[in-house]
Amino acid sequence: MRGANLELVDVSKRYGDTVAVTGIDLKIPAGSYCCLLGPSGCGKTTTLRMIAGHETASGGDIILGDRNVTLLPPAQRGTAMMFQSYALFPHMSVVDNVAFALRVRNVPKAKRREEAMERLALVEMTQYANRKPAELSGGQQQRVALARALVTDPQILLLDEPLSALDPTLRLRMRTELKRLQKDLNITFIHVTHSQDEALALSDMVVLMNAGRIEQIGTPREVFDEPATPFVARFIGAHNILAVGGREYSLRSDRISLTAPEDGRIKATVASVEYQGHFVLVRLDGGETDLSAIVPEAAIVARPVAPGDVVGAQWRDEDATPFSRTAA
Amino acid sequence: MTSIERAPGPLTPPSEEVVAPGHEAAATHGIAPRSILNSPYALIAPLAIVMLIFFVGPLILTLIVSFWNYTQYSIEPAFTTVNYYDVFYGCVARLPDLCVTFATYLSTLKFCLIVWAITLILGFVLAWFIVFEIKTVSTQIVLFLICTIPFWTSNVIRMIAWIPLLGRNGLINDTLMGLGLTSEPIEWLLYSDFSVILAFVHLYTMFMMVPIVNSMLRIDKEIIEAARDAGAGTLTIALLVIAPLCRPGIVIGSIFVVTIVMGDFLTIGVMGGQQIASVGKVIQTQLNFLQIPIAAANAVVLLGAVLVIIWGMTRLVDVRREL
Repeated sequence: MRGANLELVDVSKRYGDTVAVTGIDLKIPAGSYCCLLGPSGCGKTTTLRMIAGHETASGGDIILGDRNVTLLPPAQRGTAMMFQSYALFPHMSVVDNVAFALRVRNVPKAKRREEAMERLALVEMTQYANRKPAELSGGQQQRVALARALVTDPQILLLDEPLSALDPTLRLRMRTELKRLQKDLNITFIHVTHSQDEALALSDMVVLMNAGRIEQIGTPREVFDEPATPFVARFIGAHNILAVGGREYSLRSDRISLTAPEDGRIKATVASVEYQGHFVLVRLDGGETDLSAIVPEAAIVARPVAPGDVVGAQWRDEDATPFSRTAA
Repeated sequence: MTSIERAPGPLTPPSEEVVAPGHEAAATHGIAPRSILNSPYALIAPLAIVMLIFFVGPLILTLIVSFWNYTQYSIEPAFTTVNYYDVFYGCVARLPDLCVTFATYLSTLKFCLIVWAITLILGFVLAWFIVFEIKTVSTQIVLFLICTIPFWTSNVIRMIAWIPLLGRNGLINDTLMGLGLTSEPIEWLLYSDFSVILAFVHLYTMFMMVPIVNSMLRIDKEIIEAARDAGAGTLTIALLVIAPLCRPGIVIGSIFVVTIVMGDFLTIGVMGGQQIASVGKVIQTQLNFLQIPIAAANAVVLLGAVLVIIWGMTRLVDVRREL
């Protein structure tokens, strides 16, 4: 049995009087890539650590497959964690690092070395097997950490901000690789991140958290197209929040087109124009509502705007999506 | 511009590069003080001089005197190995029986080994507690300061303080007899191997703990979680992960404890009721009789023994690391 469904039922964590997370209900199907997304301090890492067993839940249950693992120690859960700092053992060689979990389980030396080399091959690090972690680059250390986490054949791999320490180019490459690895191994990855790009690019399932609660669960497309709350719209970015007739709507910035002042739904003054390459970000001051519009390069060439210009902003009715919930 | 302002820190480029071109003339016309502060040798010089005069000098003197001749009333410069011969007099011939010197060394080594093992375990566990189990820095500091309380008073007073507690009519014996647990006082509580070891442990656990704490503070706490995630229990983590990473601290602490215990005569004297032999005590006695050359020879032999032990310890730890 490789995969197992994970279910969190009303899980909460308190430190004294402070509530870190509360009322977490979450079902993650086996073999999915799930991102816990949110600003720092939202409780995403705490949630991950409770799943891993490095924090004990103050309330609720964590069910993995058909077992309640809420109170089990980390190694008995069938999860493995990759730490933000990688947490490699500095005094052990790469291969010993990877084999550590097997050594603890009293696997014979030859066997554990073989297993470790197999995992190193998975992350293309076999040639560095005898190096010490300090002799590796950050990206290479991360691959070793990944191999180490995979050595016990976990059903769920937990990744705590795995890409945050890498430079942008490497981050994109590792991102692709994580996704490929997850597909190949066909196990659940739960990935904590504060980057919406990462979450949208990687996940089958995005869990957006704020202030210790879940704001929205959905596929990346659902979260992006229909943000459930103004918080989600703001956090994901590239959304405008409109208040029409006492209700709030989200409107994707790329669904706004700029027109002549009299042709738009509202008239607005251009506050700033930022060139972004594929598109231009235009901020509009519409008196009561400020808007940001993502305008394709071709459209801006056809109809140039400059700060101070008065323009019209137009969008289709169906592009303004009402929030399903108001702010928590 | 004063010389202090221009003294570059270790990571700043030399001052010439910082000075604007217009000020260059002024800078180059500045006088010598800069060059003194620039030299790392200048910074270590004060300590080096102190060590030379008060440590290396006496050491060399001891070595020289250990080859001198002495009689009951005089000490004469000479080059004779007779002192060393006397130290080991009869030691080889009488084997397997132990000569006085060997027996004394064996006894001292026994204390050394026991105290080292106890302080190592205690120091490691206490350091672990302070570094990894206590989450707030302020509590860590408070606990650390509590550990220093025994050092607020002198070595001798700390030892003497044990006597009313452990003596024949001491607190422990009175309590035990009062409770009817024993009918007569327990003799081995004071002036025994037990009391000597107790005093050593009391005095020197801190010396073992501090360097280990220092090593442990450098360990990323996520490493312990990673080990736990891999299924390691606390003992496994301590032996396979933390101890190897604390190796420098353990070696430094061990050197402190071993050198102090090997050379001790005061603690063994007071807590052993002047009945237990130690190498330090032998040297002290010889000094009292002004037999300075043989005392020097004994000291040199002791120094050699301690160096061999330290060397062996570093090897031992190295080997552990390779496993």
